[in-house]
Amino acid sequence: MRIVPLIVFAVITTALVVILNSSLVLPAPLGKLLSPQHGVWQNAEPADQDFTANLKFPQLTGKVNVYLDDRLVPHIFAEQENDAYFVQGYIHAKFRLWQMEFQTHAAAGRLSEILGDVVGGSSVLEKADRQFRRLGMTYAAEISLKEAEKDPATKAECDQYTAGVNAYIGSLNESSLPIEYKLLGYQPEKWTNLKTALFLKYMSFDLAGHDDDFELSNAKSIFTSADFDKIYPTIMDSLDPIVPKGTVYPKPGIQVKIPATADSLYYGKKEIIPIIEQKPNKDNGSNNWAVSGKKTKSGAPILCNDPHLGLNLPSLWFEMQISTPTFNAYGATFPGSPGVIIGFNDSCAFGFTNAMRDVRDYYEIKFKDDSRKEYWFNNEWKKTDFRVEVIRIKNKPDYLDTVAYTVFGPVMYDKSFNGSRSTNDKYYAVRWKAHDASNELKMFNLLDHAKNYNDYSEAIKYLHTPGQNCLFACKNGDIAIWDQGEFPAKWKRQGDFVMPGTDSSYMWQGMIPQEENPHQVNPDRGFVSSANQLPVDSTYPYYLGGSYPPYRGFYINRKLNEMNNITPQDMQTLQTDNYNVFAEMARPVLLNNIDLSILNNEEKKYFDILQAWDLRNDVNSKGATVFVNTWDSLENVVWNDELARTNLPLMWPHESTLLENIIKDSAFSFLDNINTPQKETLADDVTMAFKRAVFTVKNADVAGTLEWAKYKDTKVLHLARIPAFSRLHLPIGGGNNTINAANAQHGPSWRMIVSLTPQTEAYGVYPGGQSGNPGSRFYDTFVDTWAAGKYYALWVMKESEENDKRVLWKMTFNKM
Amino acid sequence: MKFIVSLILIILLSFCACLYLPWWSIAIVAFIVTALIPQGAGKSFLAGFIALFLLWGGLSYWISVNNHHLLAHRVSLLILKMDNPYLLMLVTSLIGALVAGFAALTGSFLRNRKQPASRVL
Repeated sequence: MRIVPLIVFAVITTALVVILNSSLVLPAPLGKLLSPQHGVWQNAEPADQDFTANLKFPQLTGKVNVYLDDRLVPHIFAEQENDAYFVQGYIHAKFRLWQMEFQTHAAAGRLSEILGDVVGGSSVLEKADRQFRRLGMTYAAEISLKEAEKDPATKAECDQYTAGVNAYIGSLNESSLPIEYKLLGYQPEKWTNLKTALFLKYMSFDLAGHDDDFELSNAKSIFTSADFDKIYPTIMDSLDPIVPKGTVYPKPGIQVKIPATADSLYYGKKEIIPIIEQKPNKDNGSNNWAVSGKKTKSGAPILCNDPHLGLNLPSLWFEMQISTPTFNAYGATFPGSPGVIIGFNDSCAFGFTNAMRDVRDYYEIKFKDDSRKEYWFNNEWKKTDFRVEVIRIKNKPDYLDTVAYTVFGPVMYDKSFNGSRSTNDKYYAVRWKAHDASNELKMFNLLDHAKNYNDYSEAIKYLHTPGQNCLFACKNGDIAIWDQGEFPAKWKRQGDFVMPGTDSSYMWQGMIPQEENPHQVNPDRGFVSSANQLPVDSTYPYYLGGSYPPYRGFYINRKLNEMNNITPQDMQTLQTDNYNVFAEMARPVLLNNIDLSILNNEEKKYFDILQAWDLRNDVNSKGATVFVNTWDSLENVVWNDELARTNLPLMWPHESTLLENIIKDSAFSFLDNINTPQKETLADDVTMAFKRAVFTVKNADVAGTLEWAKYKDTKVLHLARIPAFSRLHLPIGGGNNTINAANAQHGPSWRMIVSLTPQTEAYGVYPGGQSGNPGSRFYDTFVDTWAAGKYYALWVMKESEENDKRVLWKMTFNKM
Repeated sequence: MKFIVSLILIILLSFCACLYLPWWSIAIVAFIVTALIPQGAGKSFLAGFIALFLLWGGLSYWISVNNHHLLAHRVSLLILKMDNPYLLMLVTSLIGALVAGFAALTGSFLRNRKQPASRVL
């Protein structure tokens, strides 16, 4: 033995192994990652992967067959309904496990645990985890779960789903782990019913977590009340509400009383609040509509829905058919939750758009002292509850965050947490509707089973938060829409600003009785529709709060009024329509006010493009790019001087606000730039805005990205923001205010069209693929089809069609 | 002959070990094989190096071809910052080769007192 070289090379070898097995020296454990038998190569699914399997589990009571078709859509046939949820959980996990866990970790404020507290210079701990802990996401999920588990059917459904997910997790080993676990270096944990509840709370945050209370409180303190109402109006002229204007509403069941102190302590209170809230994407919204048989060629109703959400890979959605003796449903499911969410069964179809109500309000809390142990409420010191949030951080000690809970809810913002760099010494408790007990899973379950309008209307009563416009169409000819949710009954502008939290007078006084929620059943006009616009006109007896883009709804209703003899193909054209109705209204104001005499030749060239534009945000449209830039530039010219008077967070006024003001009033006072001695006119502003826009547009032109799709640059990003696992630069038109609401990283996340003919004819597509594995050929299968505005025929399989050529693999699940 | 036998043994045993053990079991295999089949240090190193170069290169190539290089395109972009599946296979092969080479070299010193000192690569 030669001891010296032996030791030397043993040390070298060991060091090599340690370096390659860890992130100590290299950015990643390359040996572990690249070992062909363990690492990422194992995620390279063979192109001819055989998904056939015969599995046995003790949790099953009967037989379940799953047929995977050529798009990897599973068609589940179960002898027992609850077995179907077990298999659904198993299948979701098999194709989407990492995503399911990542989303629920995000919801629970646990991203620091897997990503570390700072990623790319951005604080995951502050912006994500503490934000969600302090909003009480897990608190809300626990309350929901308790309510859901009171219902034996929901409990059984969740238990079986969870067992199915865990059965799959139990089958994993180092090699078969989803690739993201390998790259990020952690292991999946057991699924629980709480995780399903957390996922649904994540959707509640996304859809019912928006408010502008701090920004509007600041604005109220800066602007006169007349100016404030002008730039933050509560209704739009161009509104075509979900329930048509002129509808007579019954006398309200709840008479709300404005607090006696409102003028001094609320409307007139001047305050400055530096808090910066993390908000859900402002573009979260959707389109849905259903036409009755009298407007369709087949004579059967057609239902359409496309929810606009963040576009990610793996997709939020997973397509599936679930067939049991009690129901047969097809549609988009949520990996993380049992049931079919947006889809149809043998009798009817259902879809959703966001109701956009403001159900998140803030109250200023007066604590006795810094210990936060007691707060002043209704003339006495009341004891605080504390919830200690333990945030685990990758490679660092735990972070403890003690959150005070009041009668209103958790004190989200205080000295230690304010979302911004400036100091805040006040306490703001959040009252969020999603903290209340409710069992939304029951709604999806009942909808999957629904046979008629009555079943549907009973089902949607379980939807409390997030409020949705629940759309329905049935083979018997019925169509309906309910603006459904459990919504607080508010007095005018209640909850637009931070409210006093020292007594109960500013609390929500009750919930709007469910039957008073705006709705329409089989209206004479032959269609129902919603696109996040206000559901009602100003005669509705309650104040709604919230932000409501009016334009998509306006255009959809115009089109549906015109259309007759409608076919599913007509609906495909409509659902992917790039017509910009906002531009139809706004462009004349621009064209009429640009002072041509002071434009140079280059500017004139772009003016001509704007003038000649066909108002369509098509892929190759140059006019769309010029228009959007000109409009954005005009908003900056008009609002910037007033809004920049303060460093405080303010809310940018809606585009409808500016447009409607300048259409109505060419002397709109905000047109004047307060920083110049002269008084600017509309023409001055528009011309300056155009000249500035040309600067940006010219750069795009030089860079070869003047065409709208290139300029907008739609992408579908991997959930962990890994560009290599994303689909970038998609050639798709549309965008804001077009039905085809495809924005840069946001848009129609599932397009569905269901014609309720005796043999259902349905089409659908989502920008993703059934497999969440970037190494699978099914990872992004649908993205190009989606971008091109094309659809897949959705196949409602019968089990007798087992030998159909579309069935590629069969998985059997049996009782052990 | 010893070289070929060592090479083949390292390939086969590494493959089998990795079915059950962590990836670095290739180091143990290479170490044991060269300890049991004494050769010069240089030859031992080469046996380990070439064995794993071939094994990991071959495996990753075979996996990737069957996958139409889908994953390799994406992962090479992620890890190597360039879209080149073959470079990813090369890096994979070299990592296995280096670890096994040094382990084999170490193994050779356990028993090769009587071997003429051959130069370490």
